[in-house]
Amino acid sequence: MRRAVGIGLVLGLLLLASPAVLSSYYLGLLTKMLIFALFAMSLDLLLGYTGLPSLGHTAYFGLGAYTTGLLTLRVAQTFWINVLAGIAVPTLVALGFSLLTLRARGTYFLMITLALAQVLWGIAFGWRSFTGGDDGLPGITRPTLAGWSLTGEIPFYYFVLVVFGGCLFLLSIVVRSPLGRALVGIRESEMRMRVLGYNVWAYQYVASILAALFAGAAGILFVYYNGYVGPAYLSVVVSGQVLLMVILGGAGTLLGPALGAGIIVLLENFLSAYTERWLTILGLIYVAVTLFAPRGVLGILRERFPLGRRAPA
Amino acid sequence: MTGGGAGIRVEGLVKDFGGLRALEDVTLRVEPGERRAIIGPNGAGKTTLFNIITGIFPPTAGRILFDGRDITDLPPHRRAQLGLGRTFQITTLFPKLSVRDNVLLAVQAADPARFTLHRRVEAYPHLFRQAEELLERWGLRDRAAAPVRFLSHGEQRQVEILLALAIRPKVLLLDEPAAGLSPAETATLADLIRGLPRETTILLIEHDMDVAFTLTDRISVLHYGRVVAEGPPDAVRRDPHVAAIYLGTATPKA
Repeated sequence: MRRAVGIGLVLGLLLLASPAVLSSYYLGLLTKMLIFALFAMSLDLLLGYTGLPSLGHTAYFGLGAYTTGLLTLRVAQTFWINVLAGIAVPTLVALGFSLLTLRARGTYFLMITLALAQVLWGIAFGWRSFTGGDDGLPGITRPTLAGWSLTGEIPFYYFVLVVFGGCLFLLSIVVRSPLGRALVGIRESEMRMRVLGYNVWAYQYVASILAALFAGAAGILFVYYNGYVGPAYLSVVVSGQVLLMVILGGAGTLLGPALGAGIIVLLENFLSAYTERWLTILGLIYVAVTLFAPRGVLGILRERFPLGRRAPA
Repeated sequence: MTGGGAGIRVEGLVKDFGGLRALEDVTLRVEPGERRAIIGPNGAGKTTLFNIITGIFPPTAGRILFDGRDITDLPPHRRAQLGLGRTFQITTLFPKLSVRDNVLLAVQAADPARFTLHRRVEAYPHLFRQAEELLERWGLRDRAAAPVRFLSHGEQRQVEILLALAIRPKVLLLDEPAAGLSPAETATLADLIRGLPRETTILLIEHDMDVAFTLTDRISVLHYGRVVAEGPPDAVRRDPHVAAIYLGTATPKA
């Protein structure tokens, strides 16, 4: 356990010191990794902890991005309002969507989450006058926080790092809370949880809302990162990618998905420079991981380097 | 340990699965603190009866009264909160979690803290204390850290009952607790069940006649979805119709 704390401290310090050593290109890449790490962790709350495989999680990522993007472009540059709205809209939509998705299980859950995300994609693609259609919405500027402009790569990196750290802290409490433990129980045996007296539906509902909230936060960071939002944010490819990040890193842990996100973003960046067939490679990785490392990279690392007593979540 | 006993009554219970009638007008009246065995051949409807009493699925007709209260329309978790605990014939645990975490989840189920999400579970030391007590009493302290899937079948059957007990049930439904156990393990388990607080009402499905006859006050015999005999163990043992069912010469009543 002490070693785990030690490793965490070293990683934290490395992240804090990165701007001093990395070029602005690699700092940008690291920023993107952190954003997708947050996105992947939010999905893991559903997939890894609660056992609900969503193939439409990007719905909330995209909603957060579109909401903040649209407000910034069309209404005002009021940072706090735009960000709060960017979190509120996906959360509210999740309140409605989850009523539908939680009626299904397993493959059917996968299909209905995919279908709902595709509906949003269709709206973003088709409603040109509002969303810019296929062209999306370019020209979204980064905010100024209390007189501190986030336009530069370094301040923006620190901003993302702080949000990431805060969300990681909150999520680490949630997954270790009585509610978080109950989510794991539901993943392991829904039937047993019900006869013990747990309202399984209510727990799954709360997990769905929380997952949407944090995905929305990641979407907001990404729209500021790119200065752009388009239908691609809502595409099934992104949903599949973030699912792969979770599985590759290790579902049912917090840091696994973050690790998976880092690996995928890095691979995408380098491989897409050499080949158009990046998605094919992604597919092959997916097959390899599910066949040979179902517990993900973090699972392998923990087997090799055990960190004292650690209950598998 | 328990919240006292409660009576359980089922009245005119009917269950159809498509064209198959699994239960046909089943009426049972189990008094608070009573120990009742439900016996009958495979397919008689015993587990179906348990599933309806615990709310896993609704009956086609009839009603269920728990402690005098009609619970027919309550979902399973509400029935559990009232004090209805059960075990499964097919072991239903949290396989990847440690024995301790299995018990903790069960203890937490009956605690107001179960919905908390802003504090770590370590902030509730009384949950851990209760779990340790249960582990101690059931002799599973040594196995507490082991993932439950690595336990022997006998130990898993023990945890199965332990989880049901952790919610302090007033009525405990045991679905073939001795399924798949060796004679020695069955004897140990029977002692454990015998040692449960006397005020806890127990309904027990059991194929092992010795277990069923020595552990319970009354026996109901289910055959093709009907209660065909009911009474104290000795009377049921002597009932010629029951003997015929178990020897395979009885046919369903028209």
